[in-house]
Amino acid sequence: MSRVVSPGWILAAVLAAGAALVDVRVSALLALWLGAWFVNAQIAGGRGRLSRWLVPAIFGLAVLALWELAVRVFGISPVILPAPSAIAARIAASLPVLWADFVQTALKGALSGYLLGCGAAVLTAILIDRSPFLQRGLLPVGNFVAALPIVGIAPIMVMWFGFDWQSKAAVVVVMVFFPVLVNMVAGLKASEPMQRDLMATWNASYWQTLWKLRFPAALPFLFNGLKIATTLALIGAIVAEFFGSPIVGMGFRINASIGQLSLDMIWAEIAVAALAGSAFYGLVAFIERRVTFWHPSQRRQ
Amino acid sequence: MRSVLPILTVLIAIVALWYAAAVKLNSTWTYDQAARAGTEVTFGALVKDTLAQERPVLPAPHQVAKGLWDGLFGQAFTSKRSLVYHGWVTLSATLLGFAIGTVLGIALAVGIVHNRAMDMSVMPWAIASQTIPILAIAPMIIVVMNSLGLQGLIPKSIISAYLSFFPVVVGMVKGLRSPDAMQLDLLRTYNASAADVLLKLRLPASLPYLFASLKVGVAASLVGAIVGELPTGAVAGLGARLLSGSYYGQTVQIWAALFAAAIVAAGLVMLIGAVERATLSRMGLER
Repeated sequence: MSRVVSPGWILAAVLAAGAALVDVRVSALLALWLGAWFVNAQIAGGRGRLSRWLVPAIFGLAVLALWELAVRVFGISPVILPAPSAIAARIAASLPVLWADFVQTALKGALSGYLLGCGAAVLTAILIDRSPFLQRGLLPVGNFVAALPIVGIAPIMVMWFGFDWQSKAAVVVVMVFFPVLVNMVAGLKASEPMQRDLMATWNASYWQTLWKLRFPAALPFLFNGLKIATTLALIGAIVAEFFGSPIVGMGFRINASIGQLSLDMIWAEIAVAALAGSAFYGLVAFIERRVTFWHPSQRRQ
Repeated sequence: MRSVLPILTVLIAIVALWYAAAVKLNSTWTYDQAARAGTEVTFGALVKDTLAQERPVLPAPHQVAKGLWDGLFGQAFTSKRSLVYHGWVTLSATLLGFAIGTVLGIALAVGIVHNRAMDMSVMPWAIASQTIPILAIAPMIIVVMNSLGLQGLIPKSIISAYLSFFPVVVGMVKGLRSPDAMQLDLLRTYNASAADVLLKLRLPASLPYLFASLKVGVAASLVGAIVGELPTGAVAGLGARLLSGSYYGQTVQIWAALFAAAIVAAGLVMLIGAVERATLSRMGLER
């Protein structure tokens, strides 16, 4: 136990005592923080599956409690920072609105654009697969474009495809295309020459080799791109709504709520966006685990 | 250098496609005008007209180039119509935010590597936060800061810092852990302190990872600064140019601002790439 009472803890205790002299409210917050940290430091010492879940959960709950407490004891105005309880109440009260926004932005805008963009990227990668010339030309361009602020095309797409979800899907298509393309092209190169030679000795045609060897070998790379693209898709769909949208959608709601200074609604939308983003990523990761179970990175440690 | 020819071919193909698309997309307007005037349009006149419209659906590359040139060099750099002025507004917020985000990210990564409780508490959240569209909170930060009396550079930099923070944390944690057990054992036999291990082994070993995340981070920072300019109602910056262009249907202005943003992004990434190559080759770490 001697490791626990380290100079850092003594310093923290002195700090908390000093804060109490300045303002009792600060020391209450500090005490809560240090208490949670102490518990975490204790649990983190042990090993096991439970502590892997428990420590981040305690950390997250401590942050929420600290936030709630800070808002209450300092009387922070709800137009600056609403308390978590107020946000939860807002979520519970406006579930139909949040659901409609989720359908509009995440399902219609992001998901349809994601499927189109990723499909187009995979097809393009297979098309340029036979031409090293095109690959040498397209890959640097693709890498370059992937680093550009592509969300900027949102106003153009809104102008072309109108205010509804089609323009959001178009932005998403462009945003996800290049990361997936670059990863897929790299993936198609991933099979070993020895394996390809083996396919050749079996007199496998180009398409047979592609379907039975190179496409499966490319899957880990492809899923890497697909996972990056999930976040990009949601970002693209939400930001595109800042440039014009029908009166439904997560980006629209955030923008409209700013005008009304109803920050609890914005936080509610952010909570939905976070949930949707994690679920989307989790879904792709789950499919990856089922499809590329043979890959070393997917084996149980 | 043998990839110059393929890249040029691809670029020329893109420009050619662009011209074709411009003729196709802008032709509706030309046909409407001709129908109203009661005249027929020949193909030559169609091409000529579609590539020189005032507010085309898709401006032709040379129109965008002209808009970009006018914006960059057509007027005094301090003019409100100058893209250099707007670009600098965005770039300064990007750079300030990027610097803050990088420093905080490295600091947190150092803490994570040295403290198991911190690692287990923060790391899952840092990774999970990468799947969240953080950019959605940008407008709120701007407005809340505004009501607190903070305007202009600082709120945008906070968004930029926030966006570049997590890639740096995740990359640096990986980098600081990259020295293998043999190297760590060697430093143990030298009786090196934790600070020595950090300064002489972990930090140098983490540099390749740091540069990789810096490139991701700076691109995210720029996007953050641009999106941060949207909710304040198009005052200054490249995001403001995009928004006012979309309000008034000035497509050439949108495209010019977009290309200016692309140039800034490419410049920043290439700058980091150059520093990376110089540093890594000097340290003998170059791949």
